[in-house]
Amino acid sequence: MESLLAIAIGVLGGAGVWLVLRRRTFQVIMGLTLLSYAVNLFIFSVGSLFLNKPPIVKPGLPGTLEHYTDPMPQSLVLTAIVIGFATTALFLVVLLASRGLSGTDHVDGTLGEP
Amino acid sequence: MRHLIVAPIVLPLVTAAALVLVGEKRRRLQSLINIGATLAGLLVAGAILRSINGGGSGSVGVYLAANWEAPFGIVLVADRLSALMLVLVGVVSLSAALYAEAGWARAGVYFHPLFQIQLMGVNGAFLTGDLFNLFVFFEVMLAASYGLQLHGSGRPRVSSGLHYIAVNLLAASLFLIGLAMLYGTTGTLSMADIARKLPLVAAGDRGLLLAGVAILAVTFLVKAAIWPLNGWLVPAYTATSAPVAALFALMTKVGIYVLLRLWTLFFPAGGASAHFGGSVLLYGGLATIVFGTLGLMSTMRVGYIAGFSLVVSSGTLLSATGMGVDSVTSAALYYMLSATVAVSALFLLVEIIDRIGTDGQARRDIDVANGEDTNLDDEELPLVGRAFPGSMAWLGLAFMSCAVVLAGVPPLSGFVAKLSLLKAVVSAGRPGEGSTTAPIAAAWWLLGLLLVAGFVAIVSFARTGIRQFWSSGRRPQHRIKVVEAVSVLTLVLICIGLTVFADAILRYTSATASGLHSPSAYIEAVLSAKPRPGPTRLVVDRDGPR
Repeated sequence: MESLLAIAIGVLGGAGVWLVLRRRTFQVIMGLTLLSYAVNLFIFSVGSLFLNKPPIVKPGLPGTLEHYTDPMPQSLVLTAIVIGFATTALFLVVLLASRGLSGTDHVDGTLGEP
Repeated sequence: MRHLIVAPIVLPLVTAAALVLVGEKRRRLQSLINIGATLAGLLVAGAILRSINGGGSGSVGVYLAANWEAPFGIVLVADRLSALMLVLVGVVSLSAALYAEAGWARAGVYFHPLFQIQLMGVNGAFLTGDLFNLFVFFEVMLAASYGLQLHGSGRPRVSSGLHYIAVNLLAASLFLIGLAMLYGTTGTLSMADIARKLPLVAAGDRGLLLAGVAILAVTFLVKAAIWPLNGWLVPAYTATSAPVAALFALMTKVGIYVLLRLWTLFFPAGGASAHFGGSVLLYGGLATIVFGTLGLMSTMRVGYIAGFSLVVSSGTLLSATGMGVDSVTSAALYYMLSATVAVSALFLLVEIIDRIGTDGQARRDIDVANGEDTNLDDEELPLVGRAFPGSMAWLGLAFMSCAVVLAGVPPLSGFVAKLSLLKAVVSAGRPGEGSTTAPIAAAWWLLGLLLVAGFVAIVSFARTGIRQFWSSGRRPQHRIKVVEAVSVLTLVLICIGLTVFADAILRYTSATASGLHSPSAYIEAVLSAKPRPGPTRLVVDRDGPR
């Protein structure tokens, strides 16, 4: 499961970086969104992974990450998702304003080389 | 007094909410509330500074926001550095708020609430004691700054704002990655607790830890405008409105503050991986000074000069921080006060100068190189002896004061700052003295670059000043409003005050620097703060004997 998650984060991050470096604003915003998915999954994975288990220390077992999932990164992810969502929405508004003012969706607001 | 530490965050938040409720229709009331709250913020910051300074060396104010002990609950920490930054925010934001009343506050909606939210984010970043809250306050500050940067709209603002927001969203992703890696290796987010646990991290995890710290640092280096990562700064800061640009000058200092705070806390001298990444700060700062200096030489527009001066001051602060020596850090803190105030004043002046140069018409997109450059020797003769307009004289003096401070020539605070910085760098660069781990050659590079940067600043300011004030040949049609004059004059007076009280301020910054470089007092104060007994326990105690 760890390797699956690692590959997913890597693919999302790689695709995100590639899209952010593109010249159209829509591609940039998609890239930022993918990157934030990758980051959120990464934070999530810091607290160790278990299937179908509550994040509670079991009596009799030591409270290390081998025996329970740390709930703290999950709460961090929740906050990060909310904040990322808000700022991405704001970026979308600026993107539309830029499209309206410059008449092009190039990131510099000018028509670049085709 | 105990709750004073949380006031710099609560006050702007409540004010912003009140401003939204008051509504955009009642502008005069909104303006009064905004200025009043900003003034109150300055007074609160002053009170915090007084109480910290009066508490003797190593005095740290700790506020347990939810009454939980430090590694578990949210903690706000006010030490000398935080208090100093809060006062700086208070001063600059007050003059920006005053200036905004001259017209910019009415250029669009929600200027005042965004202004207060921005203050809340900046103050919170200076006060918070744990990394995740730092992230939250960073985002609060940035979200408000996106709105403010676009205030007034227009194509240059939107186009540079697009880059500004994209860069900051990317930086926020890096912040989260670094934060998660630090949490993964140390198991805590409290800065003091991380500092305590860092030496205990196993050697096998140390690489992961250092990588996490480095990723985290990139975020703050972007904010602090280190050289390869600062392409967004000058376009965004020059395109935005004057009071907002003055406020933004503070935001680069948030990056510097966090770097200084975390770096001294995590990697103190003598500890494990001491001064990790110090050379990046040092050489990155040097490269930033070179970049800013080249930029200063390349431009004749006052806005760009202010932007590149900001870059130069950032570079100076970064490389001075990277030296990791008490005396250099102390001088750098004084330099930061003087440079920030002067750059903010310059950002406020930009617009007035542009307006006067064009007989009251806005000139945003026209390059100065296309302006008139006529030789006025013949026509100027009748002008000799005519009374120089008061507003022009005032404006020229204000511009000159900013130039003098930023170039670091006598008699204003810039000279004191640069002199003490040079003196500290020279003594740190002497072999055998100081405790710098930085190579001695780097100290001499810093020395040389500081002198060259000062010289280039003089040339650049003189060139632009001559063009704007002497050879423009246009009569000022536009009077300067009183609030504009007062706001810029306040900042210039602060620079004079910094010069007059330089001794006391340098003593304060030196105490700040020595506190930063021996962080045990900070860690001890944060982790030993005890929650107060809650009301439930009182009830239990009273009922106990029954």
